[in-house]
Amino acid sequence: MRNFTLTAAAAVATMLASGSAWAGKDLDAIKARGSLVCGVGQGTAGFMMADSTGKWVGLDVDVCRAVSAAIFGDSEKVKYVPLSSQQRFTALQSGEVDILSNNTTQTLTRDTALGLDFTAVTYYDGQGFLVPKKLGVKSAKELNGATVCVAPGTTTELNLADYFRAQKMTFKPVVIEKVDEVRAAFFSGRCDVYTNDSSSLYATRAANPPPPLKPEDFIVLPEIISKEPLAPAVRHGDNQFADIVRWTQYAMVEAEEYGINSKNVDEMLKSENPTIKRILGVTPGMGKALGVDEKWVYTIVKQVGNYGESFERNVGMGSVLKIERGLNKLWTQGGLQYAPPIR
Amino acid sequence: MADVLPGERPQLAPPVDDTGPLGWVRKNLFSSWGNGITTVVLIVAIGWILSGFLHWAVFTATFDAKSGAECRGHGACWALIREKYRYIFFGSFPYEQHWRPLFAVVAMLAMLILSSDRRMWNKRLIAIWGVGSFVAFLLMFGQIHISLGLILFVALAAGGLGMILRGAIATPGELNGWRALAAVGALGLIGRITGVIPTWSLAIAPLSYVETGLWGGIPVTLILATYGLVFAFPFGILLALGRRSNLPLIKGLCVGFIELIRGVPLISLLIMASVMLPLFLPSGMTIDKFLRAQVAVILFAGAYIAEIIRGGLQSLPKGQFEAADAMGLNYVQKTTLIILPQALRVVIPPLINTFIGFFKDTSLVLIIGIFDFLNTANQALVDPNWAGFPGEVYLFAAFIYFCFCYSMSRYSKHLEIELNKGTRR
Repeated sequence: MRNFTLTAAAAVATMLASGSAWAGKDLDAIKARGSLVCGVGQGTAGFMMADSTGKWVGLDVDVCRAVSAAIFGDSEKVKYVPLSSQQRFTALQSGEVDILSNNTTQTLTRDTALGLDFTAVTYYDGQGFLVPKKLGVKSAKELNGATVCVAPGTTTELNLADYFRAQKMTFKPVVIEKVDEVRAAFFSGRCDVYTNDSSSLYATRAANPPPPLKPEDFIVLPEIISKEPLAPAVRHGDNQFADIVRWTQYAMVEAEEYGINSKNVDEMLKSENPTIKRILGVTPGMGKALGVDEKWVYTIVKQVGNYGESFERNVGMGSVLKIERGLNKLWTQGGLQYAPPIR
Repeated sequence: MADVLPGERPQLAPPVDDTGPLGWVRKNLFSSWGNGITTVVLIVAIGWILSGFLHWAVFTATFDAKSGAECRGHGACWALIREKYRYIFFGSFPYEQHWRPLFAVVAMLAMLILSSDRRMWNKRLIAIWGVGSFVAFLLMFGQIHISLGLILFVALAAGGLGMILRGAIATPGELNGWRALAAVGALGLIGRITGVIPTWSLAIAPLSYVETGLWGGIPVTLILATYGLVFAFPFGILLALGRRSNLPLIKGLCVGFIELIRGVPLISLLIMASVMLPLFLPSGMTIDKFLRAQVAVILFAGAYIAEIIRGGLQSLPKGQFEAADAMGLNYVQKTTLIILPQALRVVIPPLINTFIGFFKDTSLVLIIGIFDFLNTANQALVDPNWAGFPGEVYLFAAFIYFCFCYSMSRYSKHLEIELNKGTRR
């Protein structure tokens, strides 16, 4: 009897120990706090901004809402901390925020030296060119000698110079710091071209060119001259939490691929397709493996939507930005959004 | 003609073009060819600018629209302000609870207005600020938990201060009261640290809790500026006194602090507080971002106030110090009873000037992601549905800032006259 008690105690102790080893310290802290602290930027149209009632909305905000839905079963248990670009990495390193979702480009140095872990790419951005249609330009290769509006001291400026040098073309830079002033300069015709990340170019185009000009009078040229994969980041050290963030994004993409959206998710629960059954937790196992509720994908899709819905609502055709899916189409449609299978 | 006696001459009215509105115009606007031309040119210029502005801001403006697209092609888009004003004023504070920051702002303004009346400059003011601040922060936070440790510490500090300041003038009964207060605080704190007394906190929680991360707009600007100055004021007095101290160590520390803080821009202090400080803290420990900014503002304002007060101290004739010494007063009595009352009277107008400056300087906190009034106005511009009307938003923000700062500067002017009544001939 005594032996049995000892064995049982040892077994329980082992289980407890392994249990605590599974759940990392960040995830434990988040669960204990009862909310996810999400670092966002100071306002980028379509990606993160406070609406008229002060509520945070946007593509990057949806990432945090989805993670919250996966962990807590409620997409509203998120606290948003607006961060400037100088303080965003410190805030994540020091534990002020759990997750950084503010249009941060994934690069090698940030992934390693800064001690961050980038999860799945939520938006494939890249530097492009915005020109007025009346310029009659169809390709960036025709921009020889153009006057280009650009923000100073950023990689944008360096990419621009590299591109023109590689194409053996010349350009005249007009360097302006503030985005409002850049827009004013571009729309008043001080420069022929405005270069920036293409998501920002679409926002500029939609940001109401002064009448009689209309958004349709401007086009974004097809050339994209830099890679800007935007991904949420977490700290090194808690792999389970990083997994949850990564697979939350994959789940939203996977849901779109299998046609599961916030409207039909309840009917999809009755689907006979084994993959859909696995994704939605009808066949259990996936949630347990990730350490969240089996209904996690159901909750995410029900409360936030699948990736396509989030995209269209925030930056796509359902918004005023009207950004094309482009690189962010599913792989089945010729884009880059490819989620590993949930199995 | 020669028959008319002096003094009996009939009084003639002054020339018509010398009196009345016409005379005023002639004397002030058209006294010479040059002045006349200047007047005409200026009137035409002002009229031209004003008519253009009114055309844009009033006659062709849109006051009601569903989105920015409807404003396109017209004048000012005031519909944007109408849509966003609640966000601009109160930031991300829960929308249906906006009455809370509203009343908190009202409470703070009431405190400021009451403090501006000279008849209130006595112990009543401390009570007003205590109660008013409590109400304002209770409204903003919704719940306040006061830990036992803090209560005990306040008791110790109050008792200690009472013992020092009232040491030589209080009746034995009063002095014993201060001593008892300090003793209770000290014993309680020791008990608390050694673990004899358990953790306990006084919870006042009538409303839902709203963390500082959600605060924004006017309350943030007012709190940062007002409490920045309220706490910087005693700090500045200590620094100013320390700078004039005879003890080289204290003097050196104070001079070093003041010169260091005044030698760097506020923005670098804020960035230090928000970017560097978290790296020095043990991992997992974070200090509220708002509190960090508030402390940075207090340190910064403290150094400036110290210099203003030093000016006041230096303006006192040496005889005042010597007379106080001759009366046999000790340093604390001399300073609190003789020196400071006179020195502070001199520096009140420049202090209000500093307050105006800090009221506007607080907008620098946007660099560390705190949404003060100017930053929420900035945020209103991000919404792509309403983007493209920066002029309207900044004009609105400028108008609100002007209302605050102009009333403060008028008050400062009024006070200058009030306080100098005694010295005027």
